Amino acid sequence: MTPESSYNLNGNSTPAIEFRDVYLAFDDQVILEGVNFSVKRGETKLVLGGSGTGKSTVIKLILGLLRPDAGSVIVDGEDLSDFDDEDLRRIRKKIGMVFQEGALFDSLSVYENVAYRLTEEKVPADEIEHEVRRMLQFVDLEDAIDKMPAELSGGMRRRVGIARALVGNPSIVLFDEPTAGLDPPTARTICELAIKLRDLEEVSSIFVTHEMNNLEYLSSEYAIVDNNGNVHFEEDGEFLCMLNTGALMLKDGEIIFDGSDRALLAADDPYIRRFIRGK
Amino acid sequence: MNPFTRFLFELQGVTDLFVRVVRGLTKKPRYFDEIIRQLDLIGVGSAGIVILTGFFTGGVLILQAYPTLQYYGAQSNAGQGVATSLIRELGPVLSALMVAGRVGSAISAELGSMVVSQQIEAMRALGTSPARKLVTPRLVALIIALPLLTVAADLFGLIGGGLVANLVYGLDTTVYVTSVRVGVSINDLLGGIFKPVVFGFIIGIVSCHKGLSTTGGTVGVGRSTTSAVVVSSVWVIIVDFFLSKILQQFFTGTMF
Repeated sequence: MTPESSYNLNGNSTPAIEFRDVYLAFDDQVILEGVNFSVKRGETKLVLGGSGTGKSTVIKLILGLLRPDAGSVIVDGEDLSDFDDEDLRRIRKKIGMVFQEGALFDSLSVYENVAYRLTEEKVPADEIEHEVRRMLQFVDLEDAIDKMPAELSGGMRRRVGIARALVGNPSIVLFDEPTAGLDPPTARTICELAIKLRDLEEVSSIFVTHEMNNLEYLSSEYAIVDNNGNVHFEEDGEFLCMLNTGALMLKDGEIIFDGSDRALLAADDPYIRRFIRGK
Repeated sequence: MNPFTRFLFELQGVTDLFVRVVRGLTKKPRYFDEIIRQLDLIGVGSAGIVILTGFFTGGVLILQAYPTLQYYGAQSNAGQGVATSLIRELGPVLSALMVAGRVGSAISAELGSMVVSQQIEAMRALGTSPARKLVTPRLVALIIALPLLTVAADLFGLIGGGLVANLVYGLDTTVYVTSVRVGVSINDLLGGIFKPVVFGFIIGIVSCHKGLSTTGGTVGVGRSTTSAVVVSSVWVIIVDFFLSKILQQFFTGTMF
């Protein structure tokens, strides 16, 4: 047994997310072919793979936006297979989703976007305001509260998207290529948010990406809060292995790697080596 | 895919959407604010063009029909001619076509862009049903607004006809008004208000379905906007024929 598999943050043994032998095809194009993996509570799983390898599909399956042709997707101990719209809505409340380009509602302001989930649930206005401000502080964008999405830069839009996903304190957060097309410092900020969620909020997450530096940040740093309440990021020491971060690589709808970042970097598979080094 | 199969698939999509909308009406949350907002956008927003269309259609009807009526010495029946054709056919159909062009295109473009920028998926991920939040208010607003718009078009068409009759052909206004009042039956009015209810439904459900089934990025948005307008217009005209036939038989009491 590897140290990872025995690692458990909350002492609860049901994984946050589990895929059991999932198959999915559109017409005659096979997307996923017998995918098995699980994400433990408090764990961040980076899903790597080239374009069109089914990374985003994995996320849509977890949200129930797509249904598998065979196999089962289990979220928080519940099998989504026979769920109707009402059940799925209940499950989706536990999940925060960060979309590739933010996917903010154009017609709503930043405030209304972040407040969306609470407004729909008819939460009292002052509670909404408090929660929205707290979330915008978390992503460091309180100044943009009254802006419209069209006025924001790409990085800001994604941070608002993260704030919107985190409202209601979901125990699972899904990131769909949150750093694609961003400059390195902004991409770094997004990764820091993911690290903060993992280490300070004990959120389980799936982080779909094809950028290797995301893996490096997430698997070598951790966030701590000092006595003044400030958040610091510390580099992982030489021998301390990050136990709550794993990597998973997809190729042609199959998982070709599932393990720690170190194992990934040491892998012999030519596809993985090419993916890591770009040649 | 052959056209017939495609038609069946589209029909399936539209029916599925309709079922979701109806189900959405029976359960909470109901988006009343959104219905009011859409009524303003669709109804009040389209009033101008619909009134203008009605006005000039009424005018041109008299302009063309009057010389013929005069030939038969029946110019005193001019009002009846305009009124029946406007209230039974032209009012409902032309208003529906104008609204299909203005509102149908806007609906499918808006929903289509929301699909391609993942906003629809985001909405579902946040636990809201797009059918309930987006489609139901638009559909309800169209079904309420189109009959009202049609009445406005009819009214202004009659005024336009009267003006042309009076100013161009020198027909006495009282003769015109009397002819309209004698010529229009309650059945004409009922039929003329029932038709746009159906047309509003067609425009709404087709445009929403086209918008929500957009694929292929921004090009796809253009494609679904075009087809929303074309398909809903064509269906309005086809359904109008059969609806006219059914209403005719219903009112004369000779069903088949």
